Amino acid sequence: MMTRNETVIISSPHLHAVTSINHVMTRVIYALIPGILLSVWFFGSGVLIQSLLAVLFALCAEALMLYLREKPLRLFLFDGSAVVTALLFALCLSPYTPVWVNFTGICFAIIVAKHLYGGIGYNMFNPAMAGYVFVLLCFPVNMTTWPLPAGITDQQATLLQILSIIFTGPSSLENFDSLSGATTLGWTKSQLSGMFMITEIRNSPLFGSFAGKGTEWIAVAWLCGGIWLLIQRIIKWEMPVFFIGTVFLISLLFYWYDSSIYLSPVLTLFTGGIMLATFFIITDPVTASATPRGRIIYVIGIGLLTYIIRTWSAYPDGVAFAVLLMNAVVPLVDNYTRPRVFGEIKHG
Amino acid sequence: MNRELYPFPGGLQIPPHKELSNAKTSLITPLPDSIILPLQQHIGTPAVPLVKTGDKVLKGQIIARADGYVSVPVHASTSGKIIDIGNYTVPDPLGLKAPCIVIEPDGDDVWFEIKPTHDYASIDPKDLQDVIREAGIVGLGGAGFPAHVKLREGTESAVDTLIINAVECEPFISCDDRLIREKPGYIVNGTRMIRHAIQAKHCVIALEADMPEAYAALKELIDDDIDLIQLPVKYPQGGERQLIKVLTGMEVPSGGLPIHIGIVMHNAATAAAAYRAVIRGEPLISRYVTVSGEVNDPRNLQVLLGTPVKHCADQCGYEDKEGQAIILGGPMMGMYVNNMHMPVIKTTNCVLVTSTYNKSPEMPCIRCGQCVDVCPEKLLPQQLFWHAHAKNYDRLREYHLFDCIECGCCSFVCPSNIRLVQYYRKAKRQITQDEQTRSGADHARERFIARNARLAREEQTQNNELLAGSDIGELDKQAFIQAAVERTRAKRAQLGKQENSDDDQE
Repeated sequence: MMTRNETVIISSPHLHAVTSINHVMTRVIYALIPGILLSVWFFGSGVLIQSLLAVLFALCAEALMLYLREKPLRLFLFDGSAVVTALLFALCLSPYTPVWVNFTGICFAIIVAKHLYGGIGYNMFNPAMAGYVFVLLCFPVNMTTWPLPAGITDQQATLLQILSIIFTGPSSLENFDSLSGATTLGWTKSQLSGMFMITEIRNSPLFGSFAGKGTEWIAVAWLCGGIWLLIQRIIKWEMPVFFIGTVFLISLLFYWYDSSIYLSPVLTLFTGGIMLATFFIITDPVTASATPRGRIIYVIGIGLLTYIIRTWSAYPDGVAFAVLLMNAVVPLVDNYTRPRVFGEIKHG
Repeated sequence: MNRELYPFPGGLQIPPHKELSNAKTSLITPLPDSIILPLQQHIGTPAVPLVKTGDKVLKGQIIARADGYVSVPVHASTSGKIIDIGNYTVPDPLGLKAPCIVIEPDGDDVWFEIKPTHDYASIDPKDLQDVIREAGIVGLGGAGFPAHVKLREGTESAVDTLIINAVECEPFISCDDRLIREKPGYIVNGTRMIRHAIQAKHCVIALEADMPEAYAALKELIDDDIDLIQLPVKYPQGGERQLIKVLTGMEVPSGGLPIHIGIVMHNAATAAAAYRAVIRGEPLISRYVTVSGEVNDPRNLQVLLGTPVKHCADQCGYEDKEGQAIILGGPMMGMYVNNMHMPVIKTTNCVLVTSTYNKSPEMPCIRCGQCVDVCPEKLLPQQLFWHAHAKNYDRLREYHLFDCIECGCCSFVCPSNIRLVQYYRKAKRQITQDEQTRSGADHARERFIARNARLAREEQTQNNELLAGSDIGELDKQAFIQAAVERTRAKRAQLGKQENSDDDQE
């Protein structure tokens, strides 16, 4: 604290808005709560266990790195950024993910993607997405085996069974196969390669009223949380709007071209990680472009890449890859999208 | 008259807090024990003292003359005795001392002979500039740029619009509001006088919507000759470039001046001071100052220049409390000072006592881009911060560091609490310093090259003389001269190369 007697130079402005990194991160966490609750409803307490484990691991990894980098622990540990990273990472995981996968992913996210690049503000790649992609590549089977959403089967895993799967691995449970299945997008992909048509695939119990069973409502919850963030001015409207617009338009285009093998725009938007990404991942300011025009280019790029990877690659979803790929071109985009300065006359 | 308005980019809505101080009639501050008048209260060269310790001076007497064109004289603000000429604490962001003339008031407050002019229209615009300069008038809005310089710019090129800036956009400050309410005639007539002096085609007085009483007071005195415009409240609308954009839709070119697009802008208080100087012959020796924030009786004061800030604060029930900061000016662009010994000078518009100044620790930039959204100059504050941090001065220029008006919007919204403006100020200072050093080095280099060239010339002349005196044949003579020329050329080329390589390094 500075008192008047010290000879310090305090520079104007002396007023400051009521805001801080912590303020921003806290609001992001609030906005995630409805979606987390719905996920628990549809996929069981595994979601909560994954989230809590991820937060715990993230805080430990963060504290370790801050200690090693000789940064003030209290100031940075509780800025909320590690918690947000952990939650976003955990929400990408299957609730049946073994604990070591969760741990590996978080360590990669916090230690490699965040701190080795210089910590908060300096990381080039979205830590949650980097961690997720890392474990997706290392443990593909664990990552794509999901519980069946509530409403499809009466048989739900008990808390003890879930704990057993998480801490000792899926092989520890004899009836694991009857408790798990593919995700909506994974199922669609495998059926399409089996020459089924969308209209047939659509009849699967994995589909709900307008998108994936259960996941459609979770996506709506992300949307609601996102709109609240927009009202709170934590995120900028341009990014979600241009991202959703891009995905909508390109999926509409292909849907018109051949609706038997391409998903409708609504199905595209409300399945997989698109809604979560729209409001919580592509809007991460650190890894997004910093100029107004650059931000739009950045999200359009993510939208196109997501659709391309989803539709034509071996992976059922592509948001995480798309985000990381666009993260890599942000410095370039920033450099070429500098706005015209007030009173500046552009030549040529 | 309805004028179309053009919003300026960025900006902020900040709680104005004007109600603390703008309702009460201004108080004439009693004479202090001593009057401290800095020789530099304006942008430009400091004035040169004309008096010595022990001299008796009268109120309004010139005690230091202007030195050079961009300079104005200093007048005694009351009658009394010069008790010292030396270094005293002045309003300065670094807390430095500067040369001042100190007067001990005799309490009589006797005026020096003053020469009123009853009709400004009869004075040639060029002479009017001299009167205004001799009266020590500078921009009272905060920058303190000598008023006559702007007036001359106005007479030298065609002026389309004269804008009188009564937009007091900084929170807490209400000295212009009070001045307009109490002396609207000075503002309106001052505006007309300046218009006469620069022969402007159009004339606008602009103020913000939170000054309805001031608006009404002016409205009563204005005919069709002046546009009186009320603007929606937005910070930093009172910035010169921002206000021009709002009123005309034109943007002052980056690095340019308003006169380049046919506009001259003066602060309302400056217009009033200029009018008073011409009509009543009274130089600039006092001003309105707002004392606000955490004092018992926040209000406006009419203060003699040179009055210690503490004396002003005392009039408003100031009590020294732990954890309070004193700010000269507003909370957005004002200057933090660590004591109250310095005097009120021509540019002091507000004394703010506050304990709610920004104390939070700085965190790393998270590139949220809020600063980009609020920047009224459409700069990229976070890139500037990045390059300022890396001391990458070339990139800073590329990103238009010098277009930054230091309004503080970026720092205000920064969730990481980064003191952006502080970094920009430092970088600007450093770049300016480097440039001065470099231009010094350039002079030295030029001198060195000139010296070498001279030596080469002399050598050649000597050779020629040598040749002329010798009996070698014409052919050899030619060859000899040729060789000498070659030598010189080679030397010059080498020098040139050196110069280039020096440039590369920079």
